[in-house]
Amino acid sequence: MTGKPNPLFSMILGRIGLGLVSILIVSLVIFSTVSLLPGSYAAAILGQNATPEAVAAFEERLGLDQPWFWRYLQWLGSAVRGEFGLSFSGRPVIDIIGPRLVNTVLLASITAVIAVPLAVTLGIICARYRGRPIDRLISTSSLAAISFPEFFIAYVLMMILAVQLQLLPSMAGIRDGMSFGEQLYRMILPVLTLLMVILAHMVRNTRAAILSVMSSAYVEMARLKGESEDRVIMYHALPNAIGPIASVVALNLAYLIAGVVVIEVVFVYPGVGQSMIDAVRNRDVPVIQACALIFATAYIGFNLIADVISIVSNPRLLHPR
Amino acid sequence: MHDTANPEAAAPVIEIRDLWIDGKLNETWAPIVKGVSLSLRPGEVLGLVGESGAGKSTIGLAALGYLRSGARATAGSVRIDGTDLLSIPEADRRPMRGTRVAYVAQSAQAAFNPAHRLMEQITTVAVKRGGMRREEAQKRAVDLFVALQLPEPNTFGERYPHQVSGGQLQRAMVAMALICNPSLIVFDEPTTALDVTTQVEVLIAIRKVIEDFGVAAIYITHDLAVVAQIAHRVAVLRFGEIIEEGALDRILNDPRHPYTQSLWALHDMTLDKSDQHGQGGGALLSIESVSARYGDFAALTDVNLQVEKGATVALVGESGSGKSTLGRVITGLMEPSEGQILWDGKPLATKVQRRPLETLRRIQIIYQSADTALNPRTTIRKIIGRPLKLYHGLRGKAREARVTELLKMVELSEAFADRYPGQLSGGQKQRVAIARALAANPELIICDEITSSLDKVVQAEVLRMLLDLQDRLGVSYLFITHDIEVVRVIADRVVVMQNGRIVEQDDTASFFAPPHEPYTEKLLASVPDMAGGWLDAIIAQRAV
Repeated sequence: MTGKPNPLFSMILGRIGLGLVSILIVSLVIFSTVSLLPGSYAAAILGQNATPEAVAAFEERLGLDQPWFWRYLQWLGSAVRGEFGLSFSGRPVIDIIGPRLVNTVLLASITAVIAVPLAVTLGIICARYRGRPIDRLISTSSLAAISFPEFFIAYVLMMILAVQLQLLPSMAGIRDGMSFGEQLYRMILPVLTLLMVILAHMVRNTRAAILSVMSSAYVEMARLKGESEDRVIMYHALPNAIGPIASVVALNLAYLIAGVVVIEVVFVYPGVGQSMIDAVRNRDVPVIQACALIFATAYIGFNLIADVISIVSNPRLLHPR
Repeated sequence: MHDTANPEAAAPVIEIRDLWIDGKLNETWAPIVKGVSLSLRPGEVLGLVGESGAGKSTIGLAALGYLRSGARATAGSVRIDGTDLLSIPEADRRPMRGTRVAYVAQSAQAAFNPAHRLMEQITTVAVKRGGMRREEAQKRAVDLFVALQLPEPNTFGERYPHQVSGGQLQRAMVAMALICNPSLIVFDEPTTALDVTTQVEVLIAIRKVIEDFGVAAIYITHDLAVVAQIAHRVAVLRFGEIIEEGALDRILNDPRHPYTQSLWALHDMTLDKSDQHGQGGGALLSIESVSARYGDFAALTDVNLQVEKGATVALVGESGSGKSTLGRVITGLMEPSEGQILWDGKPLATKVQRRPLETLRRIQIIYQSADTALNPRTTIRKIIGRPLKLYHGLRGKAREARVTELLKMVELSEAFADRYPGQLSGGQKQRVAIARALAANPELIICDEITSSLDKVVQAEVLRMLLDLQDRLGVSYLFITHDIEVVRVIADRVVVMQNGRIVEQDDTASFFAPPHEPYTEKLLASVPDMAGGWLDAIIAQRAV
C-alpha cells in the first residue's frame, strides 16, 4: 500500500486537465463563431451612410483590423486575468457583466441552498415509500413541473402571488441601494420559479438512482440481516447512488448560472443573462463572448466537480487493492 | 456423516408446514411453492436439492419470513421457536433476522455492500440487535475469521469487499451469518459461483463451523455431490413440491423417485470410450506458439494445441485461465500477438474481417448463455434461417425444410420454429444455439461453457445429443469448460490451462489416471465426489 501513488490522484488530475482542454476548445469555438456573425458593429454604430474610410478607422480603433488568431490570443489572455478586454462601447467588459454576474450567482446560490437538500430529501422519501401515495404525489407533481415551460410557471406564480394575492412584487429589479432584506424579498418569486423547475428534475433522478441500487443483492442481504427500511435506504443504498445524484445536481446548478435567461427576462432581474441579451441586441461582441465563456465554464466546472465526487465516492477507486 | 446429539429429543428450530407461495409471472399469480413441509432439529443440516426454478430459494427466504417482491404466501406457516413468521407484522419479523435465522447468499461479491468495510457489515447486526458492544462484536468476528481460516484475521475486517477474493468473501459472509450465534442458517447455493478449487475451501469452512457451533442449516444447492458432503438429510424439490425426502445415505444409495434418480444422470453417464474419435484424422486446427495480451496483461502465453477431425478436445481451467481468450483468438475476434493458427495446414487470417466467408462457415461458436446469444425479438425460424441464407444461399421452401431438419437434429419439434427465445427453457434455448451453429455445416464448433448454466439433467441430455451429432456429422468440438464431470463424459483429449499457459495435454483416459501434473491433481481433487465422506477424506488428509 505504501509508496504506490493512489490512482485516484492521477484520475482526478486527468479529469481536471480534460476540463481545461474542453474550456479551451469551447473558447475557440465561441470566439470564431461570434466573429463569423454577419453584420459589422462599426457599420451598425455608424449607420448606413458611413463612408468606408470611417468604418475602417473605427475598426482600427477597436482592434478589429488585426488577424483573428491574434485577437483570440489577446482575448484569451485577458479572460484568464478576469478582464475580458473592452466592450465596443468603450467600457471594460468586466464592469458591464461583473455586477450582474454577482446577481446571477446570488440568485443561483439561494436557489441551490434550498433546492439541493430538498430535492435529495424528497427523492429519498419517494424511494423509501415507493408506490405509496406520498411517492405518487411527489412523482406526479414533479412530472407536471417538468412538463411546463419555465416562463409559464413564472407567469402563473406571478399571477397568483403578485397579481391576485398581492403578496410579492412581480418585478425583481434589485439595485445596489436596496437593503439585503429588500433584495431577498424581491427575489422570492424568481427563486420559487427556479425551484419548481430544477427540483422536479433532481427529485426524479435521485429517486431513480436510489431505486436502481435497491434491486441489488446487497440491499436484499441488508433486509435479510434484519436492517430497518430507513437504514437500508440511508446506509446501504444512498452511498452507492451518490455518483448519479451528483451528476444531475451538477447539471442543474450549471443551469442556474447559464440557463436562467428566460426567468431573468420575465422578472426583469438584472442578471448576466440580461446583459447577454442586451449585448446581442447591440452587437457588442466582446460582451457576448465573455458571457458565453462564463456559461460554458460553469457547465464544465460543475460537471467536473460531479465527476470528481463520483470518483471519490467509489470505494474501488478510493481504496485500491 | 456425523451424528447429531439425540435429534429426536429437542424441539425443532424451524417448522415449515404446508407452505404455499404464489409467484407473479406476466401479471398472473401462480403457485411456485406447493404445500412444502420441513422441520429441522438443532444442529441438523438439511440439503434442499433441485433444479433452478424449483422454488429452493423461495423456500429458503421464507425460512426468514422474507418474500421477494412478486411473491406472496397464500397458506401455511413458518414457525421459529413457536412463532409463526408469516402471521406477524414485518416489524416483528425483522428483529429475528440475523439473530435467530441468518442467511448466506449465493454471490458474496454481490451481497456485500461495496461502500462499507467488511467489519462494519459483519458486526452491525450484533451491535444493533444482538445486544453486543462494538468491541465484543469485533472480537467475536475476529474469532470467526480464525475459525473460517481467513488470512490476517486481525485486520481482515478493515478491508472493503473488492479487496478480498471471492472465496474469502464467501467465508466472510458465513462469519456474518454466525455473528449472533443463530440457531438456523440458510445457505443459498453458497459455492455455486466459485471455482472448484475455491469451492472446496469454502465447503470445508462451512462444514467446520456448522459442526463447531452446532447450528442447524438448510443447505440449498443443485449439486447433489455438494449436499453429500454437508447434509444429514436431503429433500428433493421439483416444481415447488418435495418429491422425496430422507436420510442422506438413503437418498444417495437408494433414490426412489424417478426424478431423484435422474439427478444422477450426468454422473451415471458413461461413455463407450472404445470408439475414440479423431484417430488418424489429421489435424483440422493447429495452434502454434500463440500468445495474446490485453494491454500489459498476458492472457495467453505460447499456446500449442491441435484439434483433429471429428474429435472433441476439452479445454479445462479455472476462470481467468485464458480458455475463452483462446476461443476468441481461434474465431478471429481477437488478434494474437505472436504465433499462428493453421487450418488444414494453411495459416488462417488473424482478423475475422479478413477471413473469407467459407472459412467463417467452417468455424462456429456457441456461447455459455443462450439468453444473451439469441436475439429475443426474432423467431427461432429466423435465428436458424439466417446462417442458412448467409452461408448456403438457401431461400424459401428449401430453407424452411432445412430449418425443420436442424430443429429435428437438436431434438426440437417443428412447432418451435415460430416461437421467440423468451418462450423457451434454458435447455431448449441452448439447443437452438446449437442448431444455429450446425446450420453453417461447420467442421469445428467452439463450445464455450455451453452447459454450465444448465441443470444437471438437461446438461446430460445436451451432451449426449452433441456426441450423437458428432457421430453422424463428423464435426470436431473444442469444448471449453471448468467442469471435470463434463470432460469425463465428452472429451477425447483434455488440455489443462492455468494463467494463460497449457500445463497438461493428454487423452481422456490417461488424464484421469494418475500420476497427474500438480495443478491437474488439485483440480481433480477439488471436484466433489458423489460418495459421502469425500470431504471428510480431504479434511483428514490435510490434518496429517
